[in-house]
Amino acid sequence: MKKRGFTTEKIITAVTWLLILLGWYLITNLKMVSSTLVPSPQKVVTTFLAILQNGYNKISIWSHLWASFERLFLALGLAVATGIPLGLLSGYFSKVKAVIDSIVEFYRPLPPLAYYTLLVLWLGIDNTSKVTLLYLAGFAPIYIACVSAVNNIKQDYILSAKSLGANQKQIFFKIVLPACLPEIFIGLRTAVGISYTTLVAAEMVAATSGIGWMVLDASNFLKSDVIFVGILLMGASGILIDAILRFIEKRVVFWKGFV
Amino acid sequence: MEDVLIDIENLNFEYGTKANKIAALENINIKIEKGEFVCLLGPSGCGKSTLLKIIAGYLQPTTGTCKMKGESIQGPDWNRGVVFQSPTLYPWMNLKDNVEFGPKMRGVSEDEIHEISAHYLEEVKLTGFEDKWIFELSGGMKQRAEIARALANHPEVILMDEPFGALDALTRVDMQGLIREIWQKNDTTIFMITHDIDEALSLGTKVLVMSDRPGKILKEFKVDFTHKIFRDDSRHRKYDQQYFDIKDEIIDLIHSQD
Repeated sequence: MKKRGFTTEKIITAVTWLLILLGWYLITNLKMVSSTLVPSPQKVVTTFLAILQNGYNKISIWSHLWASFERLFLALGLAVATGIPLGLLSGYFSKVKAVIDSIVEFYRPLPPLAYYTLLVLWLGIDNTSKVTLLYLAGFAPIYIACVSAVNNIKQDYILSAKSLGANQKQIFFKIVLPACLPEIFIGLRTAVGISYTTLVAAEMVAATSGIGWMVLDASNFLKSDVIFVGILLMGASGILIDAILRFIEKRVVFWKGFV
Repeated sequence: MEDVLIDIENLNFEYGTKANKIAALENINIKIEKGEFVCLLGPSGCGKSTLLKIIAGYLQPTTGTCKMKGESIQGPDWNRGVVFQSPTLYPWMNLKDNVEFGPKMRGVSEDEIHEISAHYLEEVKLTGFEDKWIFELSGGMKQRAEIARALANHPEVILMDEPFGALDALTRVDMQGLIREIWQKNDTTIFMITHDIDEALSLGTKVLVMSDRPGKILKEFKVDFTHKIFRDDSRHRKYDQQYFDIKDEIIDLIHSQD
């Protein structure tokens, strides 16, 4: 079990970050590096406030964030809706697995940007190609987690359910699905992480909005303060999404770790 | 012979590949009659669990037959309740939902389901724990819940695979008393695997002794210590000479094979 409250480790983490901030402050304020390359913390904060107020490139920061998250959530929704059933079916029926598994294993290790160029050619530069790219990135971890979850399921759960009179369909929905939930959540969190990094990369290649695009555009004009704001926003929202998922996970599979 | 519930004839079971076959069970003949408490006793790894799995319907015999009421057992069904060695209660359901799982799956009416679970939870002394999650229960409570879950279906026979093997000695004695009470009260038929001679003798009406692999039935004892020892309803046991004679004979039987 995790310890609650202020542990030594938490204090060490906090001190580490304070030292990083202090170092950043000192290096920039003592003019040890050019402010064009490394903006000072104060500058980043004022830029952040300015962007909050006026947006970037006449588009508000919320629109940029929303553009990114719309793509992300659309793709993840599709990945969940297809990855979970296909993964569970593949775990259940080896013939389904024979069809899907090799395809997933083939494209999974490919760098997403390698086939993104193809997707842009086929589906155009707008959202469809991006959502497809993120969908493919998110599908694999969810699918793989589901296959392994079914394979790892305690056989006695299924046998006992049969001896208690449950039919195939009941076993699937009342036993297999809940028993797989802990691993499904792990797959989901991995999928979110991978999709999110892919999203930013995709927006850097071809987009006119989104938080990744904002960073790329800023770099074209050497606005390092905007790049910093963008990166900090990406990091913070990534942590936030994962925290939300962990919160839901704790609620849904509260029994995990007690089995 | 209409009281025979489970009829096993000339049963053999082999596993492994064609080139490397291992005989697990050899020429098993067992009849379990209605109302009996049959204890199968044998050293570990002798194939006791395999035999239970065949009766449950999880495995099919290589040769020979295993019938229930004259019909060959094709697969698991709710007429044969199973209690596993380590509890297989579903952690995503609370205690009550676990106990009600069988009747719910079979489409029993709501009212009847509540009656059933209340009744059997009381019988295994878990009233008041209905809303507890499985991980909140102790080992003994889990095994009692598992028994209640099997009973809730009113199966014709309950198969138990060393149900008290993982429990501490004190809890085990409690559980033995409980299962004896349940068996007598409900007029159920029980087939139980154990490697504890005292457990077999103090519970069973029939004790089967199985050999090392390949498992054969060495001898069948008809006993009635379950009534004799505990006749006065107390937990105090009154052993007699016959008890120790049979116990010695079983020990000799098991050791004679080394």
